[in-house]
Amino acid sequence: MSLERTGADGGGGLMGWLEERLGLSNLVALGRKKQVPLHRHTIWYYFGGMSAFLFGIQVATGILLLLYYRPSAEEAFESVQFLMTRVPFGWLVRSIHSWSANLLIFVLFVHMFSVFFMRAYRKPRELTWVTGVFLLFLMLGFGFSGYLLPWNMLAFFATQVGTEVAGALPFIGDFALRFLRGGTQVTGGTLTRFYGMHVAVLPAITTAVLGLHLYLVQKHGMSVPQGVAPRGHHAFFPNFLLRDLIGWCVALACLATLAAVFPWELGEKADPFAPAPAGIRPEWYFVWMFQVLKILPGHVAGIEGELIGILAITLAAIFWLMVPFIDRDPAGAGESRSRRATLFTVMGWLAIAVLCALTAKEYLS
Amino acid sequence: MGESDATRRGFLNWFLGTSVGALCVSVFYPVARYISPPEIPEAETARVTAGHEEDLRPGEAKIFRFGHTPGILLRTPEGNHRAFSATCTHLNCTVQFRGDLKQIWCACHNGFYDTSGQVVSGPPPRPLEEYAVNVTGGEIIVSRK
Repeated sequence: MSLERTGADGGGGLMGWLEERLGLSNLVALGRKKQVPLHRHTIWYYFGGMSAFLFGIQVATGILLLLYYRPSAEEAFESVQFLMTRVPFGWLVRSIHSWSANLLIFVLFVHMFSVFFMRAYRKPRELTWVTGVFLLFLMLGFGFSGYLLPWNMLAFFATQVGTEVAGALPFIGDFALRFLRGGTQVTGGTLTRFYGMHVAVLPAITTAVLGLHLYLVQKHGMSVPQGVAPRGHHAFFPNFLLRDLIGWCVALACLATLAAVFPWELGEKADPFAPAPAGIRPEWYFVWMFQVLKILPGHVAGIEGELIGILAITLAAIFWLMVPFIDRDPAGAGESRSRRATLFTVMGWLAIAVLCALTAKEYLS
Repeated sequence: MGESDATRRGFLNWFLGTSVGALCVSVFYPVARYISPPEIPEAETARVTAGHEEDLRPGEAKIFRFGHTPGILLRTPEGNHRAFSATCTHLNCTVQFRGDLKQIWCACHNGFYDTSGQVVSGPPPRPLEEYAVNVTGGEIIVSRK
């Protein structure tokens, strides 16, 4: 067999040989066939690709961190310390992983709200929305489980509080707490468990859900918002993808700047018998939940305030997941805005206002 | 298309190409440095206490820690103590003393050394590294020669 043999599409040489076996031209043809509508809201389409790019960075830097990380209470902190002080560029890899995690959650929120305001979740894209919201939950799970891994004071107490919240859930609370902690207390067992979730369980589930999400995006194409008439279309490949690439370069530049100028700190090693340090709070994307639990009184109408808070957050999450099944106008371009559209738009802005207000309250107090 | 357009295209191609090249270098250079573990200078152990005189009877041996590597201490039938590196010179397995054969044996590839550390049979290319043994106040002190 010779590399010089002519491929199926007539191309010679190595490319022809590869083409004959891999059929890459089919993929290119698919990319060229896929059309992206052009209108004044087209910019929001780029945030999905941006999320995928940042997720890719998380996978790559996560694999690099695995080369030095040791998942046990005795060695976790020391291994991260070693990584940051002795391994060439170790501080940079960890900083990029931490900053990229935060940027990813931020970009996911932007992506989700843009889809929400464009009402792109409507028939037939309900499952695209559901898988997308699941992906956000999974990323929050990555954030929560990854936060503990350096085994520092802040992480230890954030996990203590976070798992305690899960423990307050009605009926399943006790099981959830023991399941998350691998016992009744946050110990080295919890660390091993969170490590397993962070590097094996969550990635496996994410791969499946992300695959389905991308398939659905591919199948249904981009949704055009209600009342917007596209001024034309361009091909996904190369036109849209090249613009995507520019966005990725900007994201990479921001990431490199943040990681280099504000390297992620390690703090002090966790000590289960030390008092919780002052000013302890979770990552910014969990702060609003933390604040809800903080402002509720001990008891409301005879029910524990904490329980009411957790139930309210759970119901809000379920409602958010079910949005496409509540707002049931079928999708289509050029429709006039209905009253329901206005109602959902107001609801979206209210949600953003509440999230921002609760978060700001914590940081300003 | 005029000549100036062709020059502009050429310049843009050159500019984009070098930018992509610079980006690749700025990503892959740190990654390449990162994946090669840093040299950790370890204080080389020169002397350890391998045990007490009464630990071994003539014809017995034991493994002891010599820094980060294992050593083997044996007492000859004549009652003398000898110590060697317990790392086989073939493929780094840890050797053991065979009382029945009165030889040091590597189980991995069936290499044999005599009680002076010299190769008797099998694949080991070199004798075992020998350490100096001093008995002081009943304690067996092993040091590098």
